[in-house]
Amino acid sequence: MKTGVYICHCGSNIAGTVDVAEVARWAGGLETVVVSRDYKFMCSSLGQELIEKDIKESGVDRVVVASCSPHMHEPTFRGACERAGVNPYMFEMANIREHCSWVHTDKDEATKKAKALVAAAVGRVTRHQPLMEKRAPVNKNTLIVGGGVAGIQAALEIANAGYHVYLVEREPSLGGHMAQLDKTFPTLDCSACILTPRMFDAGNHPNITLLSYSEVEKVSGYIGNFKARIRKKARYVNEELCTGCGVCTEKCPKQLVDEVFEAGLGYRKAVYRPFPQAVPKYPVIDRANCTFFLKGTCKACQKFCPTGAIDFEQQDTFLDVEIGNVILATGYDLFDARRIPQYGYGRFPNVFTSLEFERMTNAAGPTEGKVVLRDGVTTPQTVAIVHCVGSRDQNYNEYCSKVCCMYSLKFAHMVHEKAHAEVYNFYIDMRTPGKGYEEFYHRLMDEGNHFVRGRVAAIAEATRFGEPEGKLVVQVEDTLIGQQRRIPVDMVILSAGLEPRHDAQDVGRKFGISCSREGWFIEKHPKLDPIATMTDGVFIAGCAQGPRDIPETVAQGAAAAARVLSIIDKGEVLVEAATAIVNEMTCTGCQQCITTCPYTAIEYLADKQKASVIEALCKGCGTCTAACPSKSISLRHFDDGQLLAEMFGAMEAMFELEMA
Amino acid sequence: MKYAYYPGCSLEKNAAAYGESFTAVADVLAQELVEIPDWNCCGATEYFSLDPLPAYALLARNLALVPKGLTDLVAPCSACYLNLYKTEHHMAERPQLNSDVNAALAEAGLSYKPGTVRVRHALDILVKDVGCEAIAAHVKQPLRGLRLVPYYGCLVVRPGGLGSYDPEYPDALDRLLGALGATVVDFPLKAACCGGHMPQINPETAYGLIYELIASAASREADAIVTLCPMCQLNLDVYQTQANDHFGTHFSMPVLYFTQMMGLAFGLSPQAMGFGQEFVSAQPLLDKLASPPPPEEEPKKKPQRSKKALPMPSLR
Repeated sequence: MKTGVYICHCGSNIAGTVDVAEVARWAGGLETVVVSRDYKFMCSSLGQELIEKDIKESGVDRVVVASCSPHMHEPTFRGACERAGVNPYMFEMANIREHCSWVHTDKDEATKKAKALVAAAVGRVTRHQPLMEKRAPVNKNTLIVGGGVAGIQAALEIANAGYHVYLVEREPSLGGHMAQLDKTFPTLDCSACILTPRMFDAGNHPNITLLSYSEVEKVSGYIGNFKARIRKKARYVNEELCTGCGVCTEKCPKQLVDEVFEAGLGYRKAVYRPFPQAVPKYPVIDRANCTFFLKGTCKACQKFCPTGAIDFEQQDTFLDVEIGNVILATGYDLFDARRIPQYGYGRFPNVFTSLEFERMTNAAGPTEGKVVLRDGVTTPQTVAIVHCVGSRDQNYNEYCSKVCCMYSLKFAHMVHEKAHAEVYNFYIDMRTPGKGYEEFYHRLMDEGNHFVRGRVAAIAEATRFGEPEGKLVVQVEDTLIGQQRRIPVDMVILSAGLEPRHDAQDVGRKFGISCSREGWFIEKHPKLDPIATMTDGVFIAGCAQGPRDIPETVAQGAAAAARVLSIIDKGEVLVEAATAIVNEMTCTGCQQCITTCPYTAIEYLADKQKASVIEALCKGCGTCTAACPSKSISLRHFDDGQLLAEMFGAMEAMFELEMA
Repeated sequence: MKYAYYPGCSLEKNAAAYGESFTAVADVLAQELVEIPDWNCCGATEYFSLDPLPAYALLARNLALVPKGLTDLVAPCSACYLNLYKTEHHMAERPQLNSDVNAALAEAGLSYKPGTVRVRHALDILVKDVGCEAIAAHVKQPLRGLRLVPYYGCLVVRPGGLGSYDPEYPDALDRLLGALGATVVDFPLKAACCGGHMPQINPETAYGLIYELIASAASREADAIVTLCPMCQLNLDVYQTQANDHFGTHFSMPVLYFTQMMGLAFGLSPQAMGFGQEFVSAQPLLDKLASPPPPEEEPKKKPQRSKKALPMPSLR
């Protein structure tokens, strides 16, 4: 048994706080250690060659690298071992960066701790067993959740490469938030004009199965081999017969406020298509508001439908699909401006949210693009645009929502152009990084908009003496002139921030990924792996990961597709070798492990009355090992002997170094 | 429940109506008030800025005098409430202050251990401990038809954990007035400042603030502004004439205490509730209540919204 120990400087990241040469010298005296070195960057090719050379020339058969987190470089060093002919599982990593140098300042103490961590790894590695990773084929189908621009982009990329995609959208149509927008900043392209062709392509692509008005119920499996159950909500419209003529909507007597697509600014019928270019073209009957479902009579839509496509008997159906990879592009919710009562949304008619205003300026929206007050006819003379509503605010969301400065500028331009009104922008800081963004800001200043730096305190109808009656008064501290200002306006637009979807936590749990404190999906690495997640085969794209604008969202959609395609093209995935194993001699068949396993990876062998692990499904989480009352399940690579050896290694070192 | 009661100076003089109505209402609701023996002035808004330590010590003396066995101290005056609350909290948070104050108290043979007394505002105990439902159950003469403006002032809504209510848009008084059967006006200035002592320091500033509050209430066709603070009541009531003179306006807006309105709704006599002590007479309001206008006939058909009008967001 010959162990090689390698202490990484990580530039000054580790060497700045830990005496790496001393750790290497000291580790050379540990049992089984035959080589102990320190090196500037162990992850470099030269660093890896050191390991390979020692294996070949000095017969090293166990390797310990003390450097960063195994999340970063465990695969790197396992690879080095494998290339030199040592089983990759004969390697152990000691984290002396995140767990030591980065969190300590006292060099002597940090050096001692690094020694103890190295000793723990050396102790452990002596008990390691060679393990073989198994290979599993990759299912070439992909599940994409969310039919906004990110999901559409990802679906088209994969479908164009020749692979099949299941595109699941909760709403009746593809399009997401982008379909609601009027113009896009800074180029002022018509949002629908650039999006709808892509929606059409996604809806008609032979490689895309579009599942609109559907939700994913259940997911199981692992990278390359997932299974998902999708609920197709009853549309009450037979898609085979429907021609999308729209007579049902025309004849439907029930009109209600459209809180989703029209953001509450317009109406829709109980049988409806969210917007004319909807993909698919088939309408849905909103069961909660349909007169027939509420009162048992009406059926106007059915009477007038020329093809007999209305089917009140329809039930939700389920579709089970097998897929290799998943892309989550579930988007965002707009901050609910009612949560800031002093801004008056819902109390004062002429306070609007940003999405309401998008619908208002949209030529296909409720006002046919006219900028008007809530009465629907009066053109405002003065308009206030309040930035950072619910963003950059400790009471609501601390983060910056990133897109509001730019869309507020766009609004200012639209108000100027359509209403010829005086526009006041109330901002904290203007944040316009992006191609052509700062130029757009300058253009807006040249157009003659007012920019007032300060967070708005309140919006009220109460006017002081001498102020014009019947106006909304914006109370703000202008921090550039150091004065309180009260600015009377006709209309207020609240630039509400972006929030995680209200059910993001549930969706994350379903797919085995976690959310940040705010509720955004967490990426594998914030810099180097913003698309992947901690669950292999599950990728994220667009605003589900955090606020971002359209170009970034599209880039992420395409990037997620590229990641999926590389896995599909490789054709097989390595399956975790550190799996659980049942000792049939002592297993009592109580099945407790089966109920605790989160991956349904344990089956019950009725003939033997024993539990048995399905290795392809086991992720090596260890839950069953802890739950087994007769200690009959152990986890390969994490067995009791290995964990105890690790602890003994650390404790012996701590006694020797007088740390304990 | 049984409360230690700190009336404060103003409830004995200018805000006697508040004191009389509060004790009467507490009686109806079977809440027992035990006045602190030999209490002293809270120092109002000034003393803290002159010399903090004696200010804290004077306030702590009142806390030390709370009879044994009582945990909650109720103060109807917002300034008294805030000062007592601040003292209690700051003594708990700042060990040095705690020992200094207790050294001062020791001279009089007293001591106070932070955390033993909860300082509460009168509105807080009525809304939270008694509850709006229980209050509604005692209503004999609902204030139907009265449009009332709930006005909190700035002292009970201080941010940073000092106030008991949302500093931006509190709603406890709204709910209470609603329970009395009144029409509660959505008032954007409910937590705005009344001017405090500005009438003495800079009258023009004060008149501006008073005007804003009164005009805003008048434009909402309010029958009265309902307050919970003697300072607010004094400024809006007593200086209303001066503000009118200053701006050439003719407002006549009664400014009343919420406990007076509770008493009316409970069927107690207006006189016992201190009506008549106000400068701007509340008689029109009492007359309106005595002879409510005949209930408007429900229009057979709902008035049609203009077809062009956009839907209004719901408040949920």
